[in-house]
Amino acid sequence: MAYAGDAPKESFRLSMLIYDTRFRSITIQVIVLILFALFVSWILNNTVQNLAAKDRGFSYDFLWNRAGYDISQRLIDYTNDDTHARALLVGLLNTLLLAFFGCIFATIIGVFAGVLRLSNNWLVARIMTVYVEVFRNVPVLLWILLAYVVLSETMPEPKDFKVTEAMIAAGEQPKAHMFFGSIALTNRGTNIPEPLFDRSLGNIDLGIFLVSIDLLAIIAVLVASFVAWRRLNRHAHVVQDATGVRPVTWWKSLLIWVLPIVALLWALGFHLGYPTFKGFNFTGGINVAHAFTSLLIALSFYTGAFIAEIVRAGIMAIPKGQTEAAYALGLRPGRTTSLVILPQALRVIIPPLISQYLNLTKNTSLAIAVSYMDLRGTLGGVTLNQTGKELECMLLMMLIYLTISLIISGVMNIYNNAVKLKER
Amino acid sequence: MTDSSDRSIAFARETMLPAREPPVSQRGIVRWMRENLFSSPMNTILTLLGLGLIFLTIRAALPWFINGVWNANSLAECRAIIAERAGPDASGACWAMIRERWHQFTFGFYPPDQYWRPILAFGLLFAAIAPVLFAGQKRNLMVVIAGVAAFLLVTLYLASTPLLAFVFAAALVIVLAVLSQTQPGKLMWFTVLYPALTFYLLWGGSIWEPVTAMFGFVIIAVTYRLLVERIGVAVSSAIGVVLAMLWWLFIDAHVADALASALPLALPKVNSDQFGGFLLAVTIGVTAIACSLPMGILLALGRRSDMLLIKTLSVGFIEFIRGVPLITLLFTASLLLQYFLPPNTNFDLILRVIILVTLFAAAYIAEVIRGGLAALPRGQYEAADSLGLDYWRAQRLIIMPQALKIAIPGIVSTFIGLFKDTTLVAFVGLLDPLKGVTQIVRADINWKGIYWEPYIFVGVIFFVICFGMSRYSMSLERRLKRDHR
Repeated sequence: MAYAGDAPKESFRLSMLIYDTRFRSITIQVIVLILFALFVSWILNNTVQNLAAKDRGFSYDFLWNRAGYDISQRLIDYTNDDTHARALLVGLLNTLLLAFFGCIFATIIGVFAGVLRLSNNWLVARIMTVYVEVFRNVPVLLWILLAYVVLSETMPEPKDFKVTEAMIAAGEQPKAHMFFGSIALTNRGTNIPEPLFDRSLGNIDLGIFLVSIDLLAIIAVLVASFVAWRRLNRHAHVVQDATGVRPVTWWKSLLIWVLPIVALLWALGFHLGYPTFKGFNFTGGINVAHAFTSLLIALSFYTGAFIAEIVRAGIMAIPKGQTEAAYALGLRPGRTTSLVILPQALRVIIPPLISQYLNLTKNTSLAIAVSYMDLRGTLGGVTLNQTGKELECMLLMMLIYLTISLIISGVMNIYNNAVKLKER
Repeated sequence: MTDSSDRSIAFARETMLPAREPPVSQRGIVRWMRENLFSSPMNTILTLLGLGLIFLTIRAALPWFINGVWNANSLAECRAIIAERAGPDASGACWAMIRERWHQFTFGFYPPDQYWRPILAFGLLFAAIAPVLFAGQKRNLMVVIAGVAAFLLVTLYLASTPLLAFVFAAALVIVLAVLSQTQPGKLMWFTVLYPALTFYLLWGGSIWEPVTAMFGFVIIAVTYRLLVERIGVAVSSAIGVVLAMLWWLFIDAHVADALASALPLALPKVNSDQFGGFLLAVTIGVTAIACSLPMGILLALGRRSDMLLIKTLSVGFIEFIRGVPLITLLFTASLLLQYFLPPNTNFDLILRVIILVTLFAAAYIAEVIRGGLAALPRGQYEAADSLGLDYWRAQRLIIMPQALKIAIPGIVSTFIGLFKDTTLVAFVGLLDPLKGVTQIVRADINWKGIYWEPYIFVGVIFFVICFGMSRYSMSLERRLKRDHR
């Protein structure tokens, strides 16, 4: 007699590895693990064989050899006697410089275009639509090349800026003029004024590169101003909560922001060094290569078009009821925007904005198109070609890009977590 | 009563007065302008600024376009003609460059007497994707196939196609047209066969190579059909793949050789370094788009999987690919694969680039689809489970159709980005239309110093293709919208 309770004792059968859901996932994972291990070992084995066939090892020693090539645009001291590692650092800083300014300009352009695209002015909305569609649907490489070619082919030569005694006597004007007497666009680059300090505090040697104490002092003062400004606002909040009247703060904030920095700049003897024409070219000021300018223009307008769409979507995602509710509470339009609309819209805008910043940073590698010496131009370009260490250079470069990306997305995710909706 | 009312009311209107026209400021174009252009001082300023911008643009660009020259042999000749026609200071476009070099922008260095092959492949591309885009809509299918027929008729005639190829194309189009009206479902078979056909048309060589390669897929399909009832989806497809791999690795080449010697049917071979221009961009773009979608779906599912190992591998792959620029991956294709593959393997650069671009796009697609999966309410998964569907059925019938619908805008914008990124292959020595061909043109002594025209030409073509894709995705979104909001 069989009872319901006497379920037949299940013995383990091999087919259960596939058909029993308790074991199947383990089976699949084991198979995948084996395949993955085989794949990795296959690649490693091939690499070892190939390296052996070419009679070379795998080492990063070449980084400490003399680089032997020049980099015209650099943020830190570098000569061709320095090591490949230092060239790498110069390239990395150039990449970061481009990405930094690109993100700032792209954000400004994008916010501007996105808001104007929603404007009730028909004409302006249409113009912005055309801008966004044209820039989004054409490869960024085209914008980079076009900007570079136009800058270097249509701009006047430096000698066109020359003013000779004879020309003054004859009352002639030079062929080209500087903008505001301080910015000269030539076919070799853009000359802009440089900040100079009469009573400079000198530099600190960090071992790898020098850091200007003036710059550190300016940053320190700005940070101090920011902290003071925050405290002022917090104090105003406290007073408002206690009494219902918000103290007037605008002139205090203005003082806090302006006074210290002006005092510091005066103390350091700050003035601008203008580029001037001497001999055959400009001296003084900073010469910005067209490679940098064209990359900056192209990347910021291209990414700006994407950011414009993100901003527009973010603003449109806020229901109209929110604005109406704010009006019903008696808030003025400006405060409605800053207290009700923006905080909510930002929550929608920030995540895609982060990925646009990442895209821009990765797109800086297109600098290769105009020979701007960024990370890819130094480590992945000249160093790679000179040493022939393709494997080492490419892996190191990927690692660096990956690190930059992860850092940016990490920082932005922290911010994102701070502003995201606090739910139960 | 009536008397008194007659006395007190001198006049009573019995009909309504016709409505008077609104004042001038409240109707017609004036009202529209008041509302849309000059509603506030700020708006007025913006409008004036906008008008100024448009005016400046037109003033600079319009004479340049109007003075454009189509018939010339060099830039200097262009300038001479413009100076003669419109005065010495006039500027003008030199479209003659495009007239002379359009074939390089389109085909690169593809042999001119073989132009009919890429043209045929390109025309049939639309016939191949029509069944996917317009599934079951007979009218749209007919429109597309008629368009393909017209396009092929004109362009193949212009490209002086050999008669045999012309007849083949005509027969194929007629068969497709008949199929689309009688059995639209069968058109999918053409879509399946299209890759092999295109490969053969573009690269040429023996016809048996693509045929035997396709036979590998037939092996997978047959194995799957035979075994799926007995041992389930995963195992039967795994066995199919293993068998096909064996076929491809060990048998394929011998069979192809044998067939080729028995029945030599071959087109002249075209090497990959002869590819260029938009032919190259479209080849890479379309292949990578077609391959990255299924791969992206698998990666997205892997990332959401319960199995730790599969999840980790998917996340690692996706984050790695998304963290590095495409250029580094392209350099991997051109420089590093020689280290990672067995010694003395060397295969086509275009193929290597396509593989890397596909991997790149797949990681982005995976993230977009993951967004779609996350947006799907949990109840949908539970409903699928409660119906007793297994994992793959649930994904295929319930989850994916909805998740993909949500993800359409993201998927299409990834595709657009991918197509634009095909220009980057210039950096590994391929001849893309933007940098590769333009550089060749600008290096020519006749066209030295030309810069607006090639970039405008290439830019307009890219714009038309990408803008078309984004408009199609919008219409698709509207068509698939099922909620009534």
